[in-house]
Amino acid sequence: MQDMHLSRTSSAADARPGGASRRDFLKVSAAAGGGLLLSFELPSIANAATGAHATLNAYVRIAPDNTVTITAKNPEIGQGVMTMLPMLIAEELDVDWKQVRIEQALADHRVYGRQVAGGSMATPLEWDPMRQAGAVARAMLVNAAARRWKVKAEDCVTAHGEVTHTASGRKLTYGALAAAAAKLPVPDLGSVKLKDPKDYTIIGHSVPGYESPKLVKGEPLFGIDMVVPGMLYGVFTKCPVFGGSVVRANLDVIRKLPGVRHAFVVEGGSDLAGLMPGVAIVADSWWQAAKAQRQLEVKWDEGATREQSSEGFARQAAALGAKAPAHSLRHDGDAAAALKGAAHVVEASYHYPFLAHAPLEPMNCTAHARGGKVEIWAPTQNPEPGRALVARTLGIDERNVTIHFRRSGGGFGRRLMNDYMVEAAWLSEIARAPVKLVWNRTDDIQHDFYRPAGWHFLKGGLDASGKLIAWQQHFVSFGRNGQIAPSAGMESTIFPAGRVANLSMGYSLIPFGVPTGPLRAPGSNALAFVFQSFLDELAHAAGKDPLAFQIDLLGKDEVLPGRGPGFNTARARGVLEKVREVSGWGGRRLPSRAGAGVAFYYSHLGYFAEVVEVAVAADGQVKVNKVWAVGDIGSQVINPTAADNMVHGAILDGLAEALNQKITIENGHVVESNFDTFSPLLLKQAPPIEVHFIKSNHSPTGLGEPPLPPAIPALCNAIFAATGKRIRTLPIDPAMLKA
Amino acid sequence: MRYTLHVNGRRHNVDVDSDTPLLWVLRDTINLKGTKFGCGIGLCGACTVHLDGAPARACLTAISDVGNKAVTTIEGIGATPIGARLQKAWLDIDVVQCGYCQPGQIMSAAALLANGKTPSDGEIDAVMNGNICRCGTYNRIRIAIKQAAQSDFGTAPNKRKGA
Repeated sequence: MQDMHLSRTSSAADARPGGASRRDFLKVSAAAGGGLLLSFELPSIANAATGAHATLNAYVRIAPDNTVTITAKNPEIGQGVMTMLPMLIAEELDVDWKQVRIEQALADHRVYGRQVAGGSMATPLEWDPMRQAGAVARAMLVNAAARRWKVKAEDCVTAHGEVTHTASGRKLTYGALAAAAAKLPVPDLGSVKLKDPKDYTIIGHSVPGYESPKLVKGEPLFGIDMVVPGMLYGVFTKCPVFGGSVVRANLDVIRKLPGVRHAFVVEGGSDLAGLMPGVAIVADSWWQAAKAQRQLEVKWDEGATREQSSEGFARQAAALGAKAPAHSLRHDGDAAAALKGAAHVVEASYHYPFLAHAPLEPMNCTAHARGGKVEIWAPTQNPEPGRALVARTLGIDERNVTIHFRRSGGGFGRRLMNDYMVEAAWLSEIARAPVKLVWNRTDDIQHDFYRPAGWHFLKGGLDASGKLIAWQQHFVSFGRNGQIAPSAGMESTIFPAGRVANLSMGYSLIPFGVPTGPLRAPGSNALAFVFQSFLDELAHAAGKDPLAFQIDLLGKDEVLPGRGPGFNTARARGVLEKVREVSGWGGRRLPSRAGAGVAFYYSHLGYFAEVVEVAVAADGQVKVNKVWAVGDIGSQVINPTAADNMVHGAILDGLAEALNQKITIENGHVVESNFDTFSPLLLKQAPPIEVHFIKSNHSPTGLGEPPLPPAIPALCNAIFAATGKRIRTLPIDPAMLKA
Repeated sequence: MRYTLHVNGRRHNVDVDSDTPLLWVLRDTINLKGTKFGCGIGLCGACTVHLDGAPARACLTAISDVGNKAVTTIEGIGATPIGARLQKAWLDIDVVQCGYCQPGQIMSAAALLANGKTPSDGEIDAVMNGNICRCGTYNRIRIAIKQAAQSDFGTAPNKRKGA
């Protein structure tokens, strides 16, 4: 067995965003059965800035029969990453997609670096490393062929998984060359040429989801489908009031119920994201465990947050909003003075509620703890914090926690938290058997990490010409002692910041005890509603077309400070101009109580402008007739069919948040309990959606999140156009829209 | 209690409590995992199966109520011409995102197409509205159903969105 390990310095990798100089590592070996096994390690961008070198790995395995097996490093939650990342490798490797087999990696950051489904980051982080992995392997195969034929490598070309010597027409498959290639020196990364995008045969071409043929037949791919021999089934009941603990429970009754093997109190801790107090029931079948759960009687100590409620938060927010912000975010010019001198002042307060994630596959995890080790099969978006949590809670070394990715039936940010993983591990530890923990829907909706509610108190000032000259914003959010709760913050760079001469932004915090966390397009999913709705109000107050008003306000083309490389006003203008064109903005006569609204947003490195057309019935019911979306996510849309699907999904997600969804806290617990009270968008509500992309001269970025935020304000702005009623509170209340 | 079930043309003898939902018998006793648990109270349609050809929510169907009815699940629907056409259309249109709801979607669609007629948009919306897709693949679901309903489907050139 040949095994080579080389370290190289690369300049090619420095083209990536964040590109400090760094070393790249490449490891190549002969695979079992005589093929080529290439493992490719690159430092992650996240760590590059600090100089720490994590590694990213992609594996390419080529068998003698010319089958190419590519390892998908990131967890699949429906975002298509299991197909997309291997497409990048396959493109530069120059193979046909039909040759490619994909295997899901094990969760192991020491081998693979960042393995997170979150932040729409897979594309920007992996665009270069994955293509380079393919290109290096291709170069080695070409070199192997050139040696065999005693010709120059430059005189050989590749296509369809074969090397051809152009002059003589001789051909060899990669499979025939792989064993020899594995013994060759690894080319310098900087010297390996990447394809001209015009030659792409996979990138930019629609590739169906790799696992879809199995999924439409119901094959068992998800976390909840996991089976381990000897497995028991668990349910876990926590206090409905967050952080409450168990005083006593009728365990003697529960233990006598059919199928129940174990019933025990879990003392747990106080970390809302960790193992919380509760009562575990482990049974021979999930149904028996779930039935026993219904007979469970627990006396809870509800703890410190039993009094908290959505109404109480709203009262506190109103009181805080009447005062100056406790904390300052940004001050440009003198907003107070400019408002005094403004020809027209618009004042408004906006509010959005807590939201749950509610992926369709309930939280679940299968764990087998034995002999100081735990093996875990989890639908998770973020395995490493789960590994650390399990190790810490069970008092074992992280190296003794093995995590297998299972396909997730949706994530939306919920499975970035690993509370259900540690619960499964604990139940297995106590039950001394493999345990599959499955939550029911009420567990899921009442024990989430919620999108935080928020309140915004705004004043905008226009001069006599309708120019926006002042912006004052007091954001009331959640947190303690100036520490903002998870996902409850606001950046100071959100447009129109930087384009209003006199601007002040500040925030105040309500202390609370509700677990919060990232929901798809965290921050942006709420803030886009506030900023883009209020700008629409200001445009109307100025007597200007809302789309033209925003383009005017964007001003000259430049990059303003903002997330990632900054906020590029030209790209924002680009998507707005394009959506004006494709939607026929302003050019259509609409019937009474119908209207169109527009919004744009920069989030997760992507730019989206959307136009929504609605009709509002006399009873106030909102029907979305159509949505036009224009995105700029850089120079390539890697997998167009998946991209189109993802944009649809994100927009429908936004519409659901605007039309259907609210989590209410009463007496310290969540009122909603299932899809009747917390509903995803239903098919009848789904409008036709037209998706367009602008291919701009920027490295490709992600798509899971950016299309969502503008959908909400575009809808609300359309409702204003249709009815003259301004939506300032979500979800939309049809009662206020009656004719 | 002992029950004899006829699932996808095969006999299964099971011994479960009489109130056990068909969903959990399929998933955990017979080990057919394609029928999914989403809400447990008939709101999401992820557990849709056919009983003698009629759609039913397996989470609300107690095993004691199944009787001699033939149970068809996503694992068996491909053996029917409509099921096979739907599965092909689902792949052709590349409907799937996470895929968790799709077995239930296909089972509801198969019941909708069972009468051999091409459904109107209104009929598709009315029947399929009970199947939640949290990823939002609804527009592709509509297209795939229409494609599967075409009598010449399978011979016509494939269409794929977003190309």
